[in-house]
Amino acid sequence: MTARIGVVTFPGSLDDRDTQRAIRLAGAEPVALWHKDKNLHQVDAVVLPGGFSYGDYLRAGAISRFSPVMETVIEQAKSGLPVLGICNGFQILTEAHLLPGAMLGNNHLHFICRDQKLRVENADTSWTGDYTAGQEIHIPLKNMDGRYVADEHTLDELEAEGRVVFRYLDVNPNGSLRDIAGITNAAGNVVGLMPHPEHAVEPLIGSGRTDGLPFFTSILKKLVNA
Amino acid sequence: MSRTPLDTVEHAAETPDVELPWAELGLKKDEYERVVEILGRRPTGAELAMYSVMWSEHCSYKSSKVHLRQFGEKAPQSDALLVGIGENAGVVDVGQGYAVTFKVESHNHPSYVEPYQGAATGVGGIVRDIIAMGARPVAVVDPLRFGAADHPDTKRVLPGVVAGIGGYGNCLGLPNIGGEVVFDACYQGNPLVNAGAIGVMRHEDIHLAKASGAGNKVILYGARTGGDGIGGASILASETFDDAKPSKRPAVQVGDPFQEKLLIECTLEAFAEKLVVGIQDLGAAGLSCATSELASNGSGGMTVTLDDVPLRDSTLSPEEILMSESQERMCAVVEPSKVDRFLEICEKWDVIATVIGEVTDGDRLEIFWHGGKIVDVDPRTVAHDGPVYERPYARPSWQDALQADDANKLARPGTSEELKSQVLALVSSPNQASKKWITSQYDHFVQGNTVLAQPEDSGMIRIDEETGLGVAIATDGNGRYAKLDPYAGAQLALSEAYRNVATTGAKPLAVSDCLNFGSPEDPAVMWQFAEAIRGLADACQQLGTPVTGGNVSLYNQTGDVAIHPTPVVAVLGVIDDVARRTPVAFQEEGQLLYLLGDTREEFGGSAWSQVVHDHLGGLPPKVDLERERLLAEILISASRDGMIDSAHDLSDGGLIQAVVESALLGEKGARLIVPDGLDAFTFLFSESAGRAVVAVPRSEELRFNDMCGARGLPVTRIGVVDGDSVDVQGEFALSLAELREAHEGTIPALLA
Repeated sequence: MTARIGVVTFPGSLDDRDTQRAIRLAGAEPVALWHKDKNLHQVDAVVLPGGFSYGDYLRAGAISRFSPVMETVIEQAKSGLPVLGICNGFQILTEAHLLPGAMLGNNHLHFICRDQKLRVENADTSWTGDYTAGQEIHIPLKNMDGRYVADEHTLDELEAEGRVVFRYLDVNPNGSLRDIAGITNAAGNVVGLMPHPEHAVEPLIGSGRTDGLPFFTSILKKLVNA
Repeated sequence: MSRTPLDTVEHAAETPDVELPWAELGLKKDEYERVVEILGRRPTGAELAMYSVMWSEHCSYKSSKVHLRQFGEKAPQSDALLVGIGENAGVVDVGQGYAVTFKVESHNHPSYVEPYQGAATGVGGIVRDIIAMGARPVAVVDPLRFGAADHPDTKRVLPGVVAGIGGYGNCLGLPNIGGEVVFDACYQGNPLVNAGAIGVMRHEDIHLAKASGAGNKVILYGARTGGDGIGGASILASETFDDAKPSKRPAVQVGDPFQEKLLIECTLEAFAEKLVVGIQDLGAAGLSCATSELASNGSGGMTVTLDDVPLRDSTLSPEEILMSESQERMCAVVEPSKVDRFLEICEKWDVIATVIGEVTDGDRLEIFWHGGKIVDVDPRTVAHDGPVYERPYARPSWQDALQADDANKLARPGTSEELKSQVLALVSSPNQASKKWITSQYDHFVQGNTVLAQPEDSGMIRIDEETGLGVAIATDGNGRYAKLDPYAGAQLALSEAYRNVATTGAKPLAVSDCLNFGSPEDPAVMWQFAEAIRGLADACQQLGTPVTGGNVSLYNQTGDVAIHPTPVVAVLGVIDDVARRTPVAFQEEGQLLYLLGDTREEFGGSAWSQVVHDHLGGLPPKVDLERERLLAEILISASRDGMIDSAHDLSDGGLIQAVVESALLGEKGARLIVPDGLDAFTFLFSESAGRAVVAVPRSEELRFNDMCGARGLPVTRIGVVDGDSVDVQGEFALSLAELREAHEGTIPALLA
């Protein structure tokens, strides 16, 4: 058996097809979900893909968070539905308060696209089981508003509870506090990160590495073994 | 209170003596008289608005048309060409049932006035051209030229242009895979912002800009129409900048990439359900262009009710509505039975769509406003029968002196130490330095099909996940070469783009061009233009790569001073399996480096002459198209058969530039040996065309040499991939760290 993993398309989503491809390459079945449709069509997990939903004109993720599909995603995430937010998806998750903190404009004020080195800090979430803690990987990063911020208390709590999932190595590309690239909720079912694992799943394409594929095999294993 | 009566057709006929502001709208006196002659009366204000924008240089190609014909007359026989010049973009057959459309356009003038929006809407416009052909856009490229890198205004223009391209293209979800960034003082007041795009479709999905079938509905969809960009084509793009005139900023359009992204998805969904008979995007000249072109390319006429156009500003006059260049709008012709479904799809994507007119069985384009008929024209006279000028042209008086000022006689480095310092000066000069600071502001990963992106020799996109079929595109131009000899310069631009495509392993198929020149009213500029077109058309014929479309940008001059003639050429290629692509970066230590082609003492227009001597004179490198073809065949065969692991074309900066780039990208050094018969200086800096450097695994050495020998391509072993420096034996060595600092530090230091 395989698992059905939904990918939401918001107006302005850009990496929705890429994410569907990554899910397929990992061996799961991608299911397209539409922002105006509350129904999640019995998917086993949901990915909120990258892009500029609603043009990011107000604040990245601020409008998508109120879309009909998010009502259901928020409700089910609270009862354990695995949710991965990539880039704009991460921004939506913070706007939806499924993850703490917020994203500001990059500290250098430019869009940045680069193959980014990361360290996996937590390999126990629903989406990182196929990594090992401490593993160093390269995943493409591309964003305008990628600077993760939260108050000191929240940051300390995230660190203490092991909820920082990825940290930038070598270069902090956007000024994120404590080099944070990705975090999880307390239950470990909701993960958000700025880099794009769906762009690192085939040896010839994109960054030319496959360091992102374990995201999608991790969730598949978790769902199939559950 | 008096009220001006609506200037209807009837009113115009009754008031022949009313003075119209034809000069302010950019028409010449004889052009206005021609309009009166065509109509048999004075035009209405709305008709004048339409003729003035459609007969502008930008839309009508009135100065360039007589020369551009050569692209058709000399077009090589090519089975690959599905749609040629004249449509929104050309379409090429790339096999397996796929067709690819691509085109390069200019957005030069707006980008100088307002860099961010000018560049952003340039991307938007070219992408809509691609969608209008029925294709899904899959990549963009941006050939850019700016004034001197250290000029203060470059720091205003370049970051704005780059942010605009990124801001728009990134938000559309299109990978930016190629282009160029060139600095030269000649572009100081006239930066060149060219934008190219590629789209992919199945053969049966090709759509054309024509309105046929009486009773079919004309649907305007996308953004509301506003007062932005009024007269952009006629006033901005078709005149020389002049300090004495008021700011032209209001003539620049403002882009909304989010709206365009919705427009792409909604249009493709309508195509997929076969709802569209004809389609046209609204770019330069807005509704004037879309309605007159759709009508004149179809079988009948068209009526349009302008009151139905959704407006952003309700005070706009009908003339302004017709001239507005508001972005993110398209016009579709749809059968009545399919209109509801079309509107439904638009609603799904939150795109405003309105039926504004109908195809008729007549032959007139009639436009109504408040119940009155304000336009009644033969659409062909607006769209196709604009003025055609045989502008006088003459070889400039200074051309001989320029060519006589031979760069080969410039002082050359006398010692190894001097040679080394000139290499460092070259690779760190703004034109030769790494452009990573710029290209890292563009998304090159989105869509998940990018095989190669800048700084590779060509960008490459996979178009079929199962078979690995892919396309490659390279854009090149060298204004310095073209200034020395416009005929050869255009051919060298084509040669380089053709070579760049082949270097990555793809077979060159077709050409698009963006021809950037000064004022056509200057006979010297017109001569450069005529020569460049003649050169490009001759070369395309010989290489068998037809020109499928493109764009002419004239009036790139400030006062009397024109830019270097700058034909930018895009070559599209196809590769059967992207797994066979060849990258620039050195892959493995121990691989043998071979130089393919002949190296001559050719320094005219070279990067070396610019960087070391600030000199431009002499003749550009010799053009040898048969050699280019042979070199391309060898590079493609070697790539397909796994005989080479990396390759880099040699162009500006010569061999040393290419080797340094391959070394830095691969993080592996090279030991080079100056071959017999060449001095170290010529070996490193010559810019002879028709050359590439390749890295050959030792196991393939024999086979590779045999192939080159059998086909008669000169091949010279020049060294080996090795170590952590570029070591020119007997001369000097430069560590990769030192080279990296020089090569990658320049642009951020100037612009960040």
